[in-house]
Amino acid sequence: MTEVVINAADYAAAAAEIFVLGAICAILLVDLFLDDAKRWISFALTLIALVGAAFVTVNFAVDERVTAFNGAFIADPMGDVLKLFAYGTVGAALLYARESLQQRGLFKGEYFVLALLALLGMMVMTSAGSLLTVYLGVELLALSLYSLVAIERDAEVPAESAMKYFVLGAIASGMMLYGFSIVYGLTGTLQLDDLAIAVREVGPDKLGLLFGLVFIVAGLAFKFGAVPFHMWVPDVYHGAATPVTLFIGSAPKIAYFVLAIRVLAEGLGAMVESWQGILIVLSVLSMAIGNVVAIAQSNLKRMLAYSTISNVGFILLGILAGTTDGYRAAMYYTFVYVIMAIGSFAMILLLSRKGFEADKLDDFRGLNRKSPWFAAVMAMLMFSTAGVPPFVGFWAKLAVLGAVVEVGLEWLAVVAVVFSVIGAYYYLRVVKLMYFDEPTEEVEIQAGGTMRALLSLNGLAVLLLGIFPSVLIELCARVLP
Amino acid sequence: MTITEILFYAFAAVLVVAAVGVITARNPVHAALFLVFAFVNSAVIWLLLEAEFLAIVLVLVYVGAVMVLFLFVVMMLDINIAQMREGFTRYAPLGLLFAAIVIVEIGSVVWVKHLGGVQESAAAIAQDPDYSNTRALGELLYTQYLYPFELAAVILLLAIVAAIVLTMRRREGIKQQDIAAQVAVRAQDRIRIIKMDADKASEQTPATETTAGAPQTEAQR
Repeated sequence: MTEVVINAADYAAAAAEIFVLGAICAILLVDLFLDDAKRWISFALTLIALVGAAFVTVNFAVDERVTAFNGAFIADPMGDVLKLFAYGTVGAALLYARESLQQRGLFKGEYFVLALLALLGMMVMTSAGSLLTVYLGVELLALSLYSLVAIERDAEVPAESAMKYFVLGAIASGMMLYGFSIVYGLTGTLQLDDLAIAVREVGPDKLGLLFGLVFIVAGLAFKFGAVPFHMWVPDVYHGAATPVTLFIGSAPKIAYFVLAIRVLAEGLGAMVESWQGILIVLSVLSMAIGNVVAIAQSNLKRMLAYSTISNVGFILLGILAGTTDGYRAAMYYTFVYVIMAIGSFAMILLLSRKGFEADKLDDFRGLNRKSPWFAAVMAMLMFSTAGVPPFVGFWAKLAVLGAVVEVGLEWLAVVAVVFSVIGAYYYLRVVKLMYFDEPTEEVEIQAGGTMRALLSLNGLAVLLLGIFPSVLIELCARVLP
Repeated sequence: MTITEILFYAFAAVLVVAAVGVITARNPVHAALFLVFAFVNSAVIWLLLEAEFLAIVLVLVYVGAVMVLFLFVVMMLDINIAQMREGFTRYAPLGLLFAAIVIVEIGSVVWVKHLGGVQESAAAIAQDPDYSNTRALGELLYTQYLYPFELAAVILLLAIVAAIVLTMRRREGIKQQDIAAQVAVRAQDRIRIIKMDADKASEQTPATETTAGAPQTEAQR
């Protein structure tokens, strides 16, 4: 047996993960000594932990790919940027959620700890160097999300959706693990770098490998919420408390994107032709079902859930191109989608108040009368998600379509455009409700200052990133060489 | 036949009998006990393979903890055996089909091996007497697999946090032990000492004098 040495360089590579884990343990302990009136201390500590993690990540940032812990861990610029973005998203999700959590009696230390554990799971996935680490990251994230959905345990609907999520998620994890085990059995390695070489040696067309690949892609598609593995998405988004929905609908998408990149593009890169075909089917179905079914929804959370499904179709478009340009486009699209999704869910929280959930489309009627500014923010978010210039959503769609056309799949680009035109209907319907309908009730927006400020920033980000798209695009290009 | 082989066949035979017992026992408690028996036998087989650590862990974790928990659950839940066996005849054909498939699979593997298609697995390397199985495992876990190992620990931490969040509730009116209050209690909270004349018998019933639930310490004798 060769001597294995773990030295300071390994720990330095994983400094951010170690910091977050330490922070989780500290918050878990500190929270025990606080009563409900002082719960804000845990909340503040959580936010400080996120800032600290960002600081550590920037401090230990790498210029090129570094492996640590005998290949179980990869640190690369892409991972660093995605982690920073994940900190920001989780922080925003917690800030948005604060008031609503207090109203529901969920403003507890465990909520923050679970959110940080989910973040740790995303970080592990982002830096996964072997299939084993990938799987552990997936489980860490998934288990945290199940518990977050169920955290409102005395209500029936969240409990039901948590149960669905848990059972279906466990099946998906099992499928992914089965796929990993087949690939491991045929190549004899779990490490993604070695796997890329071993797959070429075994031959990418080997039936067994294809068999394993199908299971892996199915598990991945489930986690993403791509059709035909999407049935949990509307139920969970609708059933979970809105602060939790906001969390599930945003940050994990970053982790699943990187999961696809690490496993499909890096590990099984030689099998690009095989997974391209599967992803095309998933992507077209997601765009079709997501956009068409969203039209029939009267609940905004369900509508946004179907919108997620269709947007996942677009992210998959970028990945399936199988080129660096495609991965960049998919990464850009993921960033943009997360910014838009978190803003849209936050709008529901903005209009909600104690004992009232503004998750119906009708609750947005005549918003322009009540608050012209937030009606404008929502309009920007909706226009952007629909892909209307000059908002950032347009550039994201353009980048993805460009990547697809580049690899000669013009028909796919046409299909995508057709479905996003269909999708534009339900986004614009929200705008119409806000500006041209009479309000159903005259209640002022009760949300606090932080929420208003953050949401305004979120809306402006969608506009400004749309006017200056090169900021994010160049970032993606720099970290994905 | 060496002594190791004799031991192997003896314990393997008992293991098979115990395993059959698990699925044929009518009483679920008996089935659970058969499973314990099967675990102990497989632990011995692992010992024969020089996997001491795994053998001990199997006994400690599965026999000592998991199966005891299992027995508790089986004893606490009132399981209706007759009801559980109702579907037996209905699902029997499906079960037989799967059994047949497995038998064909095992048969084909043995057949291929017989033809030389499968390599004989190498015999276990005999280790020095001072070779430690536990040490070898520990070395792997804490060097090669340090990162995944620690992550598994984090997942367990998450499971603890989630389980407590989802199940612990403070309801009103539950009778539970408050150890701090029990320790802090003073004699005068619970008992009352009444001075009585030694020669005059009490006319009153002492029960009315006692505090409810407190031990009766009045001079009743």
